Amino acid sequence: MDKKFHDNLIVSSAPHIVTESDTTRLMGSVLLALLPALLASIYIFGPRALILAIVCVASSVLFEYVFNLITHKKQTVGDLSAALTGLLIAFNVPANFPFWQAILGCLFAIVVVKQLFGGIGRNFSNPAITARIFLFISFSANMSTWPVTRLAGSTDAVTGPTPLALYAEGSKDQIPGLLQLLLGFHGGSTGEVCAIALLIGGIYLIARKVISPIIPCAFIGTVFVFGLIATGSVYWAFFHVLSGGVMLGAFFMATDYVTTPKLPLGQLCFGIGCGLITMCIRLYGSYPEGVSFSILLMNLCTPLLNNLSYKFYLKGGFEDGK
Amino acid sequence: MSQRKHMPSIHVPHHKNTSASETVTMPVPDEVSISMSQNIGAPCSPLVAKGDYVKVGQRIGDVDAFVSSPIFSSVSGTVKDIVKVRGSMGGFETHIVIETDKKQEVSEEVKVPEINSFDDFVKAARDSGLVGLGGASFPTHVKLNPKNLDECEVLVVNAAECEPFITTDNREMVENGQDVLDGMKMIMHWLNLKKGIIGIEANKPDAIVNMHRLIEQNEIKDIEICELPSTYPKGAERVLVYETTGKTMNAGVLPAQLGVILDNVSTVGVMAEYFKTGMPIVRRRVTVDGDAVAEPKNVFVPIGTRIADLVEFCGGYKKEPRKIVMGGPMMGRATKSDESPTMKNTSAVLCFSKDMAEVKEESACLNCQRCHTACPLGLMPSIFADAYRDKDVDRLMKFNVMQCMECGSCSFTCPARRPLALSNKLSKFMVREASK
Repeated sequence: MDKKFHDNLIVSSAPHIVTESDTTRLMGSVLLALLPALLASIYIFGPRALILAIVCVASSVLFEYVFNLITHKKQTVGDLSAALTGLLIAFNVPANFPFWQAILGCLFAIVVVKQLFGGIGRNFSNPAITARIFLFISFSANMSTWPVTRLAGSTDAVTGPTPLALYAEGSKDQIPGLLQLLLGFHGGSTGEVCAIALLIGGIYLIARKVISPIIPCAFIGTVFVFGLIATGSVYWAFFHVLSGGVMLGAFFMATDYVTTPKLPLGQLCFGIGCGLITMCIRLYGSYPEGVSFSILLMNLCTPLLNNLSYKFYLKGGFEDGK
Repeated sequence: MSQRKHMPSIHVPHHKNTSASETVTMPVPDEVSISMSQNIGAPCSPLVAKGDYVKVGQRIGDVDAFVSSPIFSSVSGTVKDIVKVRGSMGGFETHIVIETDKKQEVSEEVKVPEINSFDDFVKAARDSGLVGLGGASFPTHVKLNPKNLDECEVLVVNAAECEPFITTDNREMVENGQDVLDGMKMIMHWLNLKKGIIGIEANKPDAIVNMHRLIEQNEIKDIEICELPSTYPKGAERVLVYETTGKTMNAGVLPAQLGVILDNVSTVGVMAEYFKTGMPIVRRRVTVDGDAVAEPKNVFVPIGTRIADLVEFCGGYKKEPRKIVMGGPMMGRATKSDESPTMKNTSAVLCFSKDMAEVKEESACLNCQRCHTACPLGLMPSIFADAYRDKDVDRLMKFNVMQCMECGSCSFTCPARRPLALSNKLSKFMVREASK
């Protein structure tokens, strides 16, 4: 027999097919889910919001690219996670924030928080939220000067307070109504103002099974219940849910896979913890807003929450034989 | 009736391209190579020597061990050689190479078995050479002879066929549905089982309709069809036992210990054929598919036919093959060469071109836990992978790695393309080594 056989086939371990969904697609769908909020912020704050977003995305991608190049690591900018971090940083600063400071924030997020700890999958805290806190501490004035929205119209002012700042000052009569909060025509960071756009994006992510609903529901639910108990009014409970960074944080930053617990029980505790810390800071702390601190603190608790949930997970266990 | 609460499962593309393709019998090739290692348990020793003339159905390999199954010649012809070759499992296997004379003379040994008792029945099951045709290749006579026979009550027939591409079980039910029912009735009679359940995934409507029709026609009261969701891996032994009977089955437990006798639908059908004709298993239905095959179809293949001959019968390759999988794409084994022969458990031969063959590059774990939610048993493959890297046997055992049934759902689902099923497999090996 001198038949010719194909003798050099690829041999690999099963399974021989994989799902189409990969890291790039997951990150891509989160970016897509942020699109409504981006469009809303451009409408609300004008083209500066778009330029800020482009600057942050571009610089984040560039920093990751250069870092990988210098350290001879496999190039990872293609997975879009750096772009996502960049966009989230843009969302977390005021629309009139100086570019160089935003770029510095991206450098901190990508290089210090993410790459120095081993890159994607290895960072212990969310890069965007940590960068927000870094910028807040470094450039407090710029981080708490909010441009007015297009609805401010006739007044000559170019900056105005956020609803939460008004709340903290006790000038409740000047706080915009719930509908205005939902639509986003009030002071705040670029991407956090339009609650309805963020909600649409969050629901899209849950429907596509990109994120689990546990953390957002626990986070927002806790804020609502805490607000209800502390203020005794449904109106102000909704106010706390719709104002500040709750929507953005709950759907897009407290759901970061890498820095949140693995199992549902841990995720539930994580969400509740975020809600509690946020409300404690808002109502009893000296800062008007506490979302970013709450997520960072809960990121640090993630290993603990993992160990706690493993205990319950393993208790269910398997019997040995019958 | 299917369970209301299902075990976790995943959606894999079905690719059941050949489900309507009626099985065709391929002509006998010039040469076959019959492996002596075609079942779980002890391999067989050749009973023939180089130069011997063998006939169809003649016993050419056997061994004196409980977990074993004899091997029969699928052709008539002359033994050209007895060789040792490296099998797809990595170890060496003995193969009997037979040059066929194409006369297909039937051996005198082939005669209808006479069955008067349970012992006769089990002996006949062994003499049929049958093993689990779904892929596990566990000797059928061992399954039919459990230690606790009096505790066994239910026969579950596995017709889920949850692996993509494969349609042989579907064709068995459409083409040989009567044999399946006859086989089931025979097993239920001799093992004194009260109930029979056929578990079929909903994506095989033809098979479901045909089996319902036959059950009605034969006025069978004690066999029912359990329609399963078309998700992977409903045909895994432990998943199927749960879905059909509600019983939870852990690793290391045999279905019989839960009072369940479980067999693959093709195995049952072929057994009924054997009891009618006396011809042991010398051929099997194989799904030939994949993007490199010109004419995907279902083929009756003499056991020992080389893949190259089989593909030639299916119009040859239309693209350069880069990977050939024997069995399904989720759990099947990739073979190094298309010189490899088909075996009793080869339910499919899938030939993939470069696009589908290349192993995707691995990236970092995102901690998304899709592997955990995909696992039918709720295990945590990402923890296994880390513990395996750290050689942490205690952690592997604490997180129950030994429960893993290697269904491949974790690897399939991983967005970072991590070979989790492989690390599970290696982890189990590491634990076994450590506990020696």
